[in-house]
Amino acid sequence: MRDVAVIGIGCTQFGEHWSTSFRNLFVEAGALALEDAGVTGEQIDALYVGNMSAGRFVEQEHIGALIADYAGLASNHIPSTRVEAACASGGLAFRQAVISVASGMEDIVVAAGVEKMTDVGTGASVDTLAGAADREWEGFAGATFPGLYAMIANDYMHRYSLTREQLAQVAVKNHANGAKNPIAQFRQQITVDTVLKSSLVADPLRLFDCSPITDGAAAVVVVPLERAREFTDTPVRVLASAQASDTIALHDRREISTLDATVAAGRRAFQQAGIEHRDIDMLEVHDCFTIAEICAIEDLGFCAKGEAGKLTEEGVTALHGDIPVNTSGGLKACGHPVGATGIKQIYEIVKQIRGEATGRQVDAEIGMAHNVGGTGATVAVHILGGC
Amino acid sequence: MSVSRFWRKIPQRYNLIGTQCTTCGRYFFPPRSFCPECRRDGEIVDYQFKGDGEIVTYTVIRSASDQFENTTPYVLAIVRLDEGADLTAQVVCTPEEARIGMRVRSVFRRIAADGESGVIHYGTKFVPAE
Repeated sequence: MRDVAVIGIGCTQFGEHWSTSFRNLFVEAGALALEDAGVTGEQIDALYVGNMSAGRFVEQEHIGALIADYAGLASNHIPSTRVEAACASGGLAFRQAVISVASGMEDIVVAAGVEKMTDVGTGASVDTLAGAADREWEGFAGATFPGLYAMIANDYMHRYSLTREQLAQVAVKNHANGAKNPIAQFRQQITVDTVLKSSLVADPLRLFDCSPITDGAAAVVVVPLERAREFTDTPVRVLASAQASDTIALHDRREISTLDATVAAGRRAFQQAGIEHRDIDMLEVHDCFTIAEICAIEDLGFCAKGEAGKLTEEGVTALHGDIPVNTSGGLKACGHPVGATGIKQIYEIVKQIRGEATGRQVDAEIGMAHNVGGTGATVAVHILGGC
Repeated sequence: MSVSRFWRKIPQRYNLIGTQCTTCGRYFFPPRSFCPECRRDGEIVDYQFKGDGEIVTYTVIRSASDQFENTTPYVLAIVRLDEGADLTAQVVCTPEEARIGMRVRSVFRRIAADGESGVIHYGTKFVPAE
């Protein structure tokens, strides 16, 4: 297997893009990534795109061909493949690109993610996202996505110590980081009071515990490490690429508030990279809801179960804390265009490692990305490091 | 949900018919036709659950998809049936009444409808049994 490096990154502004279409979002991110990598369209060997549900959000399937076409690559006839694992689609698209290059099958590969969510109303959007869980046996009973994570939160609070204020602090921290990120959907700071006074969505989760509905796209270019310096002076190496699955329904899990797929993917990633927790300088975790960040920090092994709330409250996970978590603002403040999120996490880590995260720069040589599909039925964990 | 998709699960949804693997004894609801423990050695038969159980965790849904919007707020829970299978269902009680560990029993109720002229979905909900 060959070592793999990221040589270029691009990301659109995350937010409500009323005047931009699905395909144009992708084209913008792709062009930024190619420009950053110094690669021309003719050099691309393959394209992998993460997308959860263009079929329901914009009534368009066959996304692989569509984006290759509108990226101007139809006449090159490159292989272009859509990858789907709900909100982990982006992380899996990146992993497919890494596997392809590592195997020696392809050399210059684009991994992208795109989602256009605002072309349908909120009700339809909530219904589409419920498809990330078990449609027949969760959605049928009236389960919404926030509802499922709310049941994780209630189980967690029943088993471990976590105050409502500590949970709110996750959102406060991520908004503080998002305020410093030019691509973030929400760039205003909030307080614990903002969260606690927002409307209840699914008890105990309130509106400000939830990531928003977002349009956006992100793309990165990966090549064999041995070729990386042909294109850039600042390649970022892929130290680990791990993935795990679990039961589709939350009710079938071993324990409701532990994501065993996160535990498994995290362990595999550390093993592949041959590093320890203390070697990780920053984390981008999947905070689709505040409780999800609490679970992620613990399930990845950065602290014991039941301790992440206290760590958050003490500022350990804040921008200049010991373990900065979600320097991009996370899904909460940067936004969550579901298929694009996993690639945006890679984008943020590369920005940080290259020292280009102006205004929110942390001291980072090694970063970890954690991307979750559904309530934890798919998890992708990547570790990246400078070289 | 299409008519056929709803119709084919009527016994399971109306009467809590799940399955049991007679090789290892495990019960499944929602029903499984393949035992995750015994895999191909598993002998799967239908089983009608008694319908008694307790709340493992719950929430109160205040913002729902269009199908459920006119029934909010409602209590949604993961219920552990006494035979040892967990399922997601609504509990007919007030948000204040619901608590983890509460004993519940199954009842036959209207769940939702596919729009004004669509199929009405019936199925299992739970009520407090204490």
